[in-house]
Amino acid sequence: MVSLSSGGFRKRKHDNMQPRNRKEERESKVNPASPVLLSFKSFQKELDAKHDKYERLVKLGRDITIESKRIIFLLHRVTSIDDIEELLNESEARFRDVRSKIQQISQELIGEDMCQFHRAFSPGLQEYVEAVSFQHFIRTRSLISLETINRHLVFTPTEVEADNVENSALSDSLDEKQEEKSLCLQVTPTDYLLGIADLTGELMRMCITSVGNGDIETPFEVSQFLRAIYDGFTYIGNTGPYEISKKLYTLKQSLGKVEDACYTLTVRGSEIPKHMLADVLSSKTSMSEHEEGV
Amino acid sequence: MRRAVGKGPFCRAPPVAAVRRTRRWRRFIGILPQRSLLLLLLLLLLVAVMSVTDLFSVIQSSLSADQDVREEIRKVVQVLEQTAREILTLLQTVHQTSGLKDVTKKCQKAREHFAAVRSQLDELKTKFPADQYYRFNEHWRFVLQRLIFLAAFVVYLESETLVTREAVAGILGIEVHREKGFHLDIEDYLSGLLILANELSRLALNSVTAGDYSRPLRISSFINELDSGFRLLNLKNDSLRKRYDGLKYDVKKIEEVVYDLSIRGLGKGDAPIEGKVPEK
Repeated sequence: MVSLSSGGFRKRKHDNMQPRNRKEERESKVNPASPVLLSFKSFQKELDAKHDKYERLVKLGRDITIESKRIIFLLHRVTSIDDIEELLNESEARFRDVRSKIQQISQELIGEDMCQFHRAFSPGLQEYVEAVSFQHFIRTRSLISLETINRHLVFTPTEVEADNVENSALSDSLDEKQEEKSLCLQVTPTDYLLGIADLTGELMRMCITSVGNGDIETPFEVSQFLRAIYDGFTYIGNTGPYEISKKLYTLKQSLGKVEDACYTLTVRGSEIPKHMLADVLSSKTSMSEHEEGV
Repeated sequence: MRRAVGKGPFCRAPPVAAVRRTRRWRRFIGILPQRSLLLLLLLLLLVAVMSVTDLFSVIQSSLSADQDVREEIRKVVQVLEQTAREILTLLQTVHQTSGLKDVTKKCQKAREHFAAVRSQLDELKTKFPADQYYRFNEHWRFVLQRLIFLAAFVVYLESETLVTREAVAGILGIEVHREKGFHLDIEDYLSGLLILANELSRLALNSVTAGDYSRPLRISSFINELDSGFRLLNLKNDSLRKRYDGLKYDVKKIEEVVYDLSIRGLGKGDAPIEGKVPEK
């Protein structure tokens, strides 16, 4: 046995085999099906399944991020009240796509611990929160609540539902409820907060562009809203996770820009008679925009 | 609806449920005066559009509740770490020159300590909802890996076999599968085994110093088996992978010991011959 293995080794060395392969073969000759190796084979399966699932979730998360970013760009195109409904409707249609992606995630997570794979799709969810809250702000000028977001992410599975109806009418409602429970993806408070912090950046952009468009109402509304959000974040302070404190810094910058814009508007607005303001705004605000941009 | 029933079964009434639904709805509206309806709508609107401050205070309270849970977990984990250290110091004595003589007694003592571990883990289980294992996982991950290593070490010293996942779960009083509650994560188990490999490479050295020349050979075959087992896994680029990268050095170290012994005829002579020449 000894001479055999050593002889085999020498031969292979001449063949320029990699040492790794050589060793592996020697091992498998020694114990082809020892309990250790058998159990490691089952570990391999388990780990691979887990990693595959993780990858699938990462992919879905990326898709959600991309689509949400597109929705945000779409919403930035809102310039006047006329096309606002059209754009909101279009964004609503796109949100349906995003939600179907999120539904796929929730399907992947059936019977799993959500927190285990949370890191895979959490950036996507944050982006989704950002888009949804942005749309909500444009529509209602208020902050969307975590409950409202989560309410949209409760899915009733169509196939299972149909099956239930066919099978039994009585237990129908019960089963449905159970399915609903297992098929909802909850946005965590942290994801929500981070998404909202990103939202403030979008609002700042919206404020500045609306000034450029000659809209004098929006900047003040936005600054009011941003101030409230900033107060909220300072109220949370460092009870939240570490990432929030980083976002707080950017948030303060955005707030500063918006407040500056409002200040400029007020100062220049008082100089000019009301009926002339609209005419002057376009040239004047582009200047203020320049100032903020620096 | 009652009237319809009263007319007897022969009259042709619209489907019962439909009638009931429309009538109820109308009655409901009819009861409500216009003003209270308006008030109701206003109230609904108020609930729906909460102020930013309210929203943030809701979030804040959930975050601080989360922090409280973490604080509780941290306390229990601290106690667990203390117990783990005690077991480790107990088992460390095998590295001493005379340490391997009363191994069975030491293992017995260690197993007694594991009873304390079990009760502490039971306490840990009560500190958070069972389905949020991975949410707070990082708090006990390190200590759990140490405990898995210690359990594996005890089992190795007793029987010179690799502890199974089920056996570790049994020693620690936790579950193997996630569905049943506080469980043994597979990556934690594997990490624990890698710590064991490192410890055994040390033991091989020290047992030679203590004059036990046969043990390194047994350790060598054990580690080789473990190594080929790990090579079956497709690891991702994470902490487990990093730790696995250290395994080959343990293997090398033990093989050098075996080489030293066999070249001097100190072992039993059936040592696998290695191509590497140790530097001296």
